[in-house]
Amino acid sequence: MQLKGQNLVCSRGGREVFSDLNFSLSGGEALLVTGRNGAGKSSLLRLIAGLVRMAAGQLTLEGGDGEASIGEQAHYLGHQDAVKPSLSVRENLQFWARYLGSGEGVEAALEAVDLAPLGGLPAAYLSAGQRRRLSIARLAAVKRPIWLLDEPTSALDAPSQARLTALMRGHLAAGGLIVAAAHGPIGLERARELNLGPV
Amino acid sequence: MNTFLALLVRDIRLSVRVGGGALMGALFFLIVVVMMPFALGPDLALLARIGPAILWLGALLASLLALDRLFATDYDDGSLDLLMMGRMPLELAVAAKAIAHWLTTALPLVIISPLLGLMLNVELRATGTLALTLLAGTPALTFIGLIGAALSVTLRRGGLLLAVLVLPLTIPVLIFGVAAANAAIIGPVPFGPPFTILCALSLGSLVLGPFAAAAALRHGLE
Repeated sequence: MQLKGQNLVCSRGGREVFSDLNFSLSGGEALLVTGRNGAGKSSLLRLIAGLVRMAAGQLTLEGGDGEASIGEQAHYLGHQDAVKPSLSVRENLQFWARYLGSGEGVEAALEAVDLAPLGGLPAAYLSAGQRRRLSIARLAAVKRPIWLLDEPTSALDAPSQARLTALMRGHLAAGGLIVAAAHGPIGLERARELNLGPV
Repeated sequence: MNTFLALLVRDIRLSVRVGGGALMGALFFLIVVVMMPFALGPDLALLARIGPAILWLGALLASLLALDRLFATDYDDGSLDLLMMGRMPLELAVAAKAIAHWLTTALPLVIISPLLGLMLNVELRATGTLALTLLAGTPALTFIGLIGAALSVTLRRGGLLLAVLVLPLTIPVLIFGVAAANAAIIGPVPFGPPFTILCALSLGSLVLGPFAAAAALRHGLE
C-alpha cells in the first residue's frame, strides 16, 4: 500500500496554506508532520481525509480499495473528540463502530484505552484526557489502513501516551500507515519527518 | 442500511435525552395555539375560519425553531468531520438526520394537532384531515429547512440567516397545506388537488433536500 501526494496545494479562507508539497508513504511507515503554528499541519491532514478540497495536485492511494475514497479508508483524529455528552461511553463508541465499520470490536477497544470500567458512564462526566482516549478507542475498534492523527498526545497522561504508542506500533506492524502532526516526537522512533516550513 | 439506522437511532436518542429541541417546538406550538383565542377574542366563527391557518403557521415556526441545532452540535464537537468519512454517502447521512429530526420534532405536532384544532373550534371531523395535511406537509418543511441548516452550519448564530433562507421556500408548502385543510372545512375548493401537490412537495424535497444540504456541508467545511 502506498499513499502519495504530489504538488499538493491547499488554500483556506483565500490564503494559500502550502504549495508544491510532496510526500510518499508506504505500508508500515509513519510520517511525522512538523512545523510552526499555522504552517498547515492540520490542513494537510484534513486534505488527505477529504475534508478540505485540494486546490491543485494529486493524492493517490495504491493498494487500497479502488472503489472507496481515501477518506473512507482513513481514520481522522482531530482536535475535537466527537463525543456526545448525553450518550454513555459505550454508546458513543458503539455508534462510531457501526457507522464507520462493522460494529464489532467495541469492548476490545475500550480495554485497549482502559475505559472499560467507565463503559456505562455518561460521557459528560469524562475528563478531557478520558474523552481523548475515547476517540482513540475509535481507531482501535474500526480497522482502517490510514491513520491521520492531529497532535494525538495532547491531553494524554504518560500511561495513556504509552497505550497510544502501543496501538500505533501495532497498526504499523499490521501494514498500516500513519500521518501524524505534532510539535514533538510521539513515540515512534523510525518515523519519517516532513517539515512544513513557514509560508 | 445498518449504518443508516445507527445514525437515525443515535439522533433520536440524542433528541430524546437532551430534550430541548423537540419539546421546545411542541411547546411553542402549544403556546401559539392556546394564546390565539385569547388574542382574537370569543369570535368562534372567526376562530374556526382561521384555525387551520394558525395550526399550520405554528407547525412551520416550531419546525424552524429546532432546525439550527440539526448540524450545529455535530459541527461543534467534530462529529460532522467523521460523518463525512463514513462508508455511507453524506447525502444518506443527512437524510437520516432529517428523518430523526422529523420524528422527534414534527411528528409530536401532528399527533397533538387534533386536540389543538378542537381548542380553535375546528370541527371534529375536520381535525383528522388537518392532521393528515400536517403529516403530509411537515416532511417538506423539515427537508427544505435542512438546506438552510446546512448552509448556516459554519455560522455561529445561524438562526437568522436560516430563517431568511428557508421561509420563502416553505411558502408553497404553507399555502397548499392550509388550502387542503380548509377544503375539508369550508368546502368549495376540493381536497384532492392541494393535497396531492402537498405530497409532491414533500416527496420532491425528500430527494432534493439531502443533495443540496450535503453539497452545502461539503462546501462549508472547507
